[in-house]
Amino acid sequence: MTDHTVLRLNGLSKRFGTVLANDDVSLALHRGEVLALLGENGAGKTTLMNMLFGHYLPDAGTVQVAGPDGVLAPLPLGHPQAALAAGIGMVHQHFTLAENLNALDNITLGSEPLRALRRDRKSARQKIEGIIARSGLSAPLNVPVGRLSVGECQRVEILKALYRDARILVLDEPTAVLTPQEADTLFDNIKAMTRDGLSVIFISHKLREVLAFSDRIAVLRHGRKVGEMATADADEGAIARMMVGADTPKVAREAMAPGAPVLQLQGVTVPGRSPRDTLTDVTMTVHAHEILGIAGISGNGQSALARVISGLAVPQNGTIRVGEEQIARPGPATMVRAGVGRIPEDRHHEGIVGAMSVAENMVIERLDDPSVQARGLLRRGAIRAHAEALARAYDVRGPGVDARARLLSGGNIQKLILARVFEHAPRLILANQPTRGLDMGAAAEVGRRLLQARARGAGVVLISEDLDEVLSLADRILVIRDGQLVDTHSHDRERIGLMMAGEPA
Amino acid sequence: MIRIEARPSTPRAMTLGIPVLSALIALALAAIPLLAAGANPIAAYGEMLRGVFGSVFAVSEMLTRATPLIFTGLAAALAFRARLWNIGAEGQLYLGAMAAVAVGSGALDIPGLFLLPLIVVLGAAAGAAGMVVPTFLKVRFGADEVVTTLLLNFIILIFLQMMLEGPLQDPMGLGWPQSAPVLDQGMLPPLMDRMRVHAGLIVALVLAVLAQFMLARSVWGFRLRAVGENAAAARHAGIGVNRSLFGVAILSGGLAGLAGVSEVAGLKGYLTADLSPGFGYTGIVVAMLAGLSPAGVVIAALFIASVFVGADSMSRAMGVSSFLADLVVSMSLLCVLVGGFIARYRLVWVRAGKAAR
Repeated sequence: MTDHTVLRLNGLSKRFGTVLANDDVSLALHRGEVLALLGENGAGKTTLMNMLFGHYLPDAGTVQVAGPDGVLAPLPLGHPQAALAAGIGMVHQHFTLAENLNALDNITLGSEPLRALRRDRKSARQKIEGIIARSGLSAPLNVPVGRLSVGECQRVEILKALYRDARILVLDEPTAVLTPQEADTLFDNIKAMTRDGLSVIFISHKLREVLAFSDRIAVLRHGRKVGEMATADADEGAIARMMVGADTPKVAREAMAPGAPVLQLQGVTVPGRSPRDTLTDVTMTVHAHEILGIAGISGNGQSALARVISGLAVPQNGTIRVGEEQIARPGPATMVRAGVGRIPEDRHHEGIVGAMSVAENMVIERLDDPSVQARGLLRRGAIRAHAEALARAYDVRGPGVDARARLLSGGNIQKLILARVFEHAPRLILANQPTRGLDMGAAAEVGRRLLQARARGAGVVLISEDLDEVLSLADRILVIRDGQLVDTHSHDRERIGLMMAGEPA
Repeated sequence: MIRIEARPSTPRAMTLGIPVLSALIALALAAIPLLAAGANPIAAYGEMLRGVFGSVFAVSEMLTRATPLIFTGLAAALAFRARLWNIGAEGQLYLGAMAAVAVGSGALDIPGLFLLPLIVVLGAAAGAAGMVVPTFLKVRFGADEVVTTLLLNFIILIFLQMMLEGPLQDPMGLGWPQSAPVLDQGMLPPLMDRMRVHAGLIVALVLAVLAQFMLARSVWGFRLRAVGENAAAARHAGIGVNRSLFGVAILSGGLAGLAGVSEVAGLKGYLTADLSPGFGYTGIVVAMLAGLSPAGVVIAALFIASVFVGADSMSRAMGVSSFLADLVVSMSLLCVLVGGFIARYRLVWVRAGKAAR
């Protein structure tokens, strides 16, 4: 590894209203290096990268990028085009691919002159195939991107950046959607590319992969850089302490004997247009005092399972039993009444009505309740008082219960939903990706509440793509694959990873 | 370089100020064609003001014109709040009007006391019926209600012409395509002697107040707002989204139907195929100007009615075309749309190629 600096951030600061998202952050990236940018959500990682890429204009600070000759030159800020021209490529968490186009077109899209009459697809293909050969990042080029797997889409995104001659690659939580094995392959590919001189910044929450694959680690907390070290000198506890400012709370999970069944699915089949919304002959039981973890790669039927338990999907075949009660006509309202608390996967899209107030969102599932309405009219005073009490109890912070819910941060939106769900002591809790995108503090709070509910006697279905989360919280782990459930009978990370990938363990 | 950033929230002054400012800008812009037509804009606007507020008669005319616009404006505002794009108020207005003359012109033997309530109820029901099929198609098959409700307008208009030359034609009408008049007991009473403003205005105002109250304070309004703002979250929370949509569709169609009832039984007394100069479509502008608030609909309807009535009298006095009214109305809509954009986003000036300090 050489010592040539290819990128230097000098004292970048960015303020949003009263929030200082980045405070005088300086970083250097060397040629051929993998720099991991670690920090809780809201620590300012994404803001920092967005300033680098020109999406935000910093309030203070400068950026220098090395040209092809290796000489550092100032980068004009606030211009994504300038960042692209300087050889900076960014792969966002959410892919920016046109699903109806194939990979080749997606990769070349935007880097062709607009006025060209004919597209030189042949030389484009040659160039891409060259990159694939060097990096090992393979993806089918002729298939519409909508039909590719998540891992393949991500490789297309990276190829897109490399096609534009990126010498610096920024990856925002690249492994969030991958199996452990896929993630390992990705990092192998990245290693191969860094040997050719590519420099990589990757943003992550996951300490394990950061320790395994980076050369250097920089930690952000509250917008400030609080630490930087060579990975070889780092240890997991030290980094975690740096990120949260204290030792990470270990999940304390005492052994508990499972009680009576609270949810029984018997031969449930949901037909769907794609594997992600299909369930085939699923049978499972969740008991009181039990957290049932559902592990799996994204898009293997998790959402269909969640929709059935939420009451949003009506199975074609099979029966649903909540407690003693057979659910004859499933529906969201029926499920709520049967005592099912639902934490939806997409909290912004399904969890809250962003344009309505925090208080209104807290009662939205119980509009028929006499504490909420009297003769069809809302009891606004009662709703407000109830919301203030809940906000205190569940530590929902924000501009107050009358403010629009969308003004809350992601973690506080999740706390709002937790408050709504846990307040009524549900006997079954469906938690679908409950900590996705949350910082460590908020994620720990979710885990604590789930364990509390378990201790109280609730059953929990925990659907998560974060295997570490499932391993730490669940009493029993099932793997979902192609719309079917397989019992793992184990808590072994390697074995479960293989089952997720569909290989015989 | 200018960049566009989303605002975290819209300042309250903006939600109120933008419609008012839009109206003023539209009037200011309309001065340009006035100048081009050789008129002194200040004198012209003076005429306009006099035409609207210069006499009791002028005010009565303006209120008469505002009445159907409040009904159709409410029809659009409520539907749009639920993201149900009812563009069919024009057709639903005629359905209401047809129902009004069908029962009101004495073809059925109904005791006089019940005639007016019956006309109102059946007129609203007829308008509501016009929304049933488009809403069913939307809910069941995902058919775009913009297309279905819009096209239904033309079908209803042709159906109207058929009825006016057939079953609904006035036997005493010398062959003109017009209906028999509504009986006196079936008419909405005038509010003032020798003025055209009628009790339809009171009905419209009461409904606007009621809609405003129900939207903010009732469980029904809560459901409606939730469905409109985020249908997925509403469905997840156990709100019957389709049921809410059907409810608001029927209400919206009913309000538009009442516009027809009010025009026939309040003003004209009989039905012709040119009863409405596009009240249904103008109602959409009213609703947008009002920011989809029922109370705002009343103000916006008064404004647009003033522009129309004032422009008429200005064009008589100054000899300029009364199309100016359409121009002002459409420009104020454009201004409101631009204003809505400004309320949601802010423009940030970025000096090209320069880093901030």
